[in-house]
Amino acid sequence: MIVVGIDVGGKNAHIVVLKDGNIVAKGEAATGIQKAEAVETLYDEMLNKTGFNREDVTRVVATGSAGKRVAFADGVIADAVAGARGVNRLIPSARTVIDVGAEEGSAIKVSPEGKVLDFAVNEKCAAGTGTFVETMARALEITVEEMATISLQSNSSIPMNAQCAVFGESEVVSLIHQKIEKQDIAKAVHDAVAGRIASVARIIGLEADVVVIGGMAKNSGFIDSLTRETAMDVIVPDDPDFIGALGAAESAALGV
Amino acid sequence: MAEGAQKEYWRWPEGTWVNPDIDWQKGTIITAGVDVGSVSSQGVVVVDGELYSFGNTRTGFDSPDSARKAMDRALAETDLTLGNIDYCIGTGYGRVNVPMAQRTITEIACHARGANFMYGPEVRTVMDMGGQDCKAINCDDKGKVLNFMMNDKCAAGTGRGMEVFADLIRVPVWEIGPRSFQIEKEPPTISSTCVVFAKSEVMGLLEQGVPENDIIAAYCAAMAHRIMGLLNHLGVHEKFVITGGIAKNEGVVKRLEEALGIKTAEQVWYKAEYQDCPFDTQIAGAVGAALFAEAMVSKGKVKSVRKA
Repeated sequence: MIVVGIDVGGKNAHIVVLKDGNIVAKGEAATGIQKAEAVETLYDEMLNKTGFNREDVTRVVATGSAGKRVAFADGVIADAVAGARGVNRLIPSARTVIDVGAEEGSAIKVSPEGKVLDFAVNEKCAAGTGTFVETMARALEITVEEMATISLQSNSSIPMNAQCAVFGESEVVSLIHQKIEKQDIAKAVHDAVAGRIASVARIIGLEADVVVIGGMAKNSGFIDSLTRETAMDVIVPDDPDFIGALGAAESAALGV
Repeated sequence: MAEGAQKEYWRWPEGTWVNPDIDWQKGTIITAGVDVGSVSSQGVVVVDGELYSFGNTRTGFDSPDSARKAMDRALAETDLTLGNIDYCIGTGYGRVNVPMAQRTITEIACHARGANFMYGPEVRTVMDMGGQDCKAINCDDKGKVLNFMMNDKCAAGTGRGMEVFADLIRVPVWEIGPRSFQIEKEPPTISSTCVVFAKSEVMGLLEQGVPENDIIAAYCAAMAHRIMGLLNHLGVHEKFVITGGIAKNEGVVKRLEEALGIKTAEQVWYKAEYQDCPFDTQIAGAVGAALFAEAMVSKGKVKSVRKA
């Protein structure tokens, strides 16, 4: 049986193709504004790569903030459900899933079976999201990847006063003017995002094992900040930005 | 910077004014107020409690420099110097960095006092819509603060948010208000509270071919809605006035009035003798500061630092 999971977020789409429960292909694409078109292209690319036709696919399940825009999906599931299921497949001991993407951050309490017991989400505000980090990277004139690397070299701890990404940008600019090292600013930015997302997670309570997924999980600087902020070990699975799509594909296999 | 030549849509006109009816040399007490905000800075000079001159300018990276720039503007067209001033009070976000000030007072107190002077003693609610925060203030007939609420955590509903929007849609910020009414019917508001997310929503709407003016209207409505939350929490009482930069944006002001069911007072000086003076809603904080300084000197609570 061939099933497909597709996760369409604020910025990127991820797709996972499962054949008899095994991952046979995965891909990602920036979706931009024309999300519906972008996901069609991504889907066709995946099928070309695997040699399958649309008819060979038993079921497609979509998820993510723009999951409803996927015209070829047979079903749509909530991000939290997809995240919980995807994490459960890889790390069954996970009890808390922290999912931080480009435009939202959420915390999910997960049962040993991968069911969602509770969740909390921030989708109203860019504070505590990947967009916040990107905005600050732009102000620092470095890439997000460089920012992650240099923030790990910082030994100082300067607080950011701004929660809002718009105000944060001015604050970063004024920190640059005060000749604060870029690495220290980078750390402050990651600390700020980690602080925001940790406060979302505390609404549901942080229980080990804590697993972080979503695009921000690839940012080692942020993971370091989150570890300090929560005072817990946090686990990052391989390809953490594909977990939602994986969970959606798993759901498709279950016939959801 | 490579983008230096790019048009700066957020850039609003700066202003200066001197009262032709006042000869400062005949005055007894000359005081000043300097309001260093996050986005704009103002300097105001008051002679015996009457408005003598003001300057309004954009805040730079350095608060002391911005304070000097604002005061320089207020003094530029006069023969008055800093040495002639009895007492100066700093206010606003950068108030601790006003080099010529002897003391600081919070901008909340200053805006209420300034609004009382500008709009008259009937003012009961002042909404100060600043660059990086907004404050709803209830006050008495003396301009004394009774209660207030503020949002300084989020750019939605602030001048900075409007500037970001103006830059995005490539429309000068002072054209936003008038253009927001050049529409066939009121469009649905932008759903994102967050300015950063509103940006991507606006891009999407532009891509879909939604007319620019409709998007402008939708953003103004979203901002009005955002401010309303704060006002409803505090309670709005007439006479209701708006100070700060957003007061100049009728696109937000008129939609706010409609949503609240309360009109804002007309932007005219309470004192008839000021009718020829430009009414600049951004100077309220500095006016308040200068008036507090005047009251302190005249009541002998502080010593004049006048040198000349």
